[in-house]
Amino acid sequence: MKFKGRDVVSIKDFSKQEIQSIFSYAKKMIPYAKGEKTTSILKGTILASLFFEPSTRTRLSFESAMHRLGGKLIGFAEPSSTSLKKGESLADTIRMADAYSDLIVLRHHQEGAARLAAEFADAPVLNGGDGAGQHPTQCLLDLFTIITEKKSIKNKHIALLGDLKYGRTVHSLAYALSLFGADLTFVSPDNLKMPKEVINECKELHVEPKSTTSLERVIKEVDVLYVTRIQRERFPDAEEYNKVVGTYKIDTELLQKAKEDMIIMHPLPRVTEIDPEVDRTPHALYFKQAFNGVPVRMALLSLIAGRKIA
Amino acid sequence: MKELRIQPIKSGTVIDHITAGHALKVLRILHIPETTSSTVSVAMNVMGKQGKKDIVKIEKRELDPHEVDKIALVAPKATINIIREYEVAEKHRVELADEIIGIVKCSNPTCVSNANEPVKSRFLVTSKDPPQIKCYYCEREPDDISERII
Repeated sequence: MKFKGRDVVSIKDFSKQEIQSIFSYAKKMIPYAKGEKTTSILKGTILASLFFEPSTRTRLSFESAMHRLGGKLIGFAEPSSTSLKKGESLADTIRMADAYSDLIVLRHHQEGAARLAAEFADAPVLNGGDGAGQHPTQCLLDLFTIITEKKSIKNKHIALLGDLKYGRTVHSLAYALSLFGADLTFVSPDNLKMPKEVINECKELHVEPKSTTSLERVIKEVDVLYVTRIQRERFPDAEEYNKVVGTYKIDTELLQKAKEDMIIMHPLPRVTEIDPEVDRTPHALYFKQAFNGVPVRMALLSLIAGRKIA
Repeated sequence: MKELRIQPIKSGTVIDHITAGHALKVLRILHIPETTSSTVSVAMNVMGKQGKKDIVKIEKRELDPHEVDKIALVAPKATINIIREYEVAEKHRVELADEIIGIVKCSNPTCVSNANEPVKSRFLVTSKDPPQIKCYYCEREPDDISERII
């Protein structure tokens, strides 16, 4: 298994065995991610952190991961301070970042941006989310969280809830969960259903996902409830958004029907879909999930830089 | 013996076994008539051994096989006949390459290949017959390929 120098554009760039190998290394990273142990394994390595779109968790956890590994960062958190304002292409911006750094993490509003960046950069490119496209490191940390909490994914009943049409994380997650043999249910309003391409990919991996509009119908059975925000910015028009916003709300009343050890995950940010009261219940796992972004991204950065903690 | 509605040509290219109704799409892919001033004949819904088909005859021009292979996107069973002195000098079946570059525009308006970037559109061929392609950049699969031909 060779990770050094590889681009991470899509979760499909990794085999199941490679994903498992990343996770066993990420587990090792947890005490470093918490600051209980220190390392300078990436001393002398520079990560270019190029965020063309707003981000809290992805950007901060990549930056935290790089600092925890002893590396340095350059970059920007929004493009208004760069030559993109002057009309510079993404390709040219990537060429510059390539000249100034050893690794590049990119978030961009256009789908396929990371694939394009990987073409123009010699340095490995890590996709931090491209529009409504791929977000492989989010997918990895989601899988890592489920495996850590539930010991395995195989035959676990996992419901993906909310905006399954435009939601960037759920497409790659549905594929990856199928790769690990999960039992899937897609819960969404009719106009935000999982695209057929994604359902076909699950079927190719011998998983037959069920679809429903009713959360009530499945809440009793699920082991993992993965909630997503209905994202205003992904909708082509406001009318379509207004029709579906607030369709699902997870609150303590609903959770009375759930299994005792059911966990709730969310890629965050949340708006109204999870009541803050839920945060105090043992079901709420989303903050731990967000933390897991650090050890998982530490593992990836270390593996791709080709410098591993013994 | 049945008489052909279109006369044989002395020299040029005959594209046969085009999926019925797709001849004009084939011409669009080949940028005809913009790229040729010689006579082009089109026959649609011609009854052949395997049902209806379209035929295109381009006089005084031998199409480059690689150029013509692109038409497999809309007519995967088409054959190319190069005609010299009324005889078939060369014949081959079109075949889609594994990648299609610069021919089809991605149907996703927010795909990076539709932005002002120095790249050509690029698709991976996921099925040759029926033709199915997937954008290399955004992974979207266009429903109607022929509508997306540049």
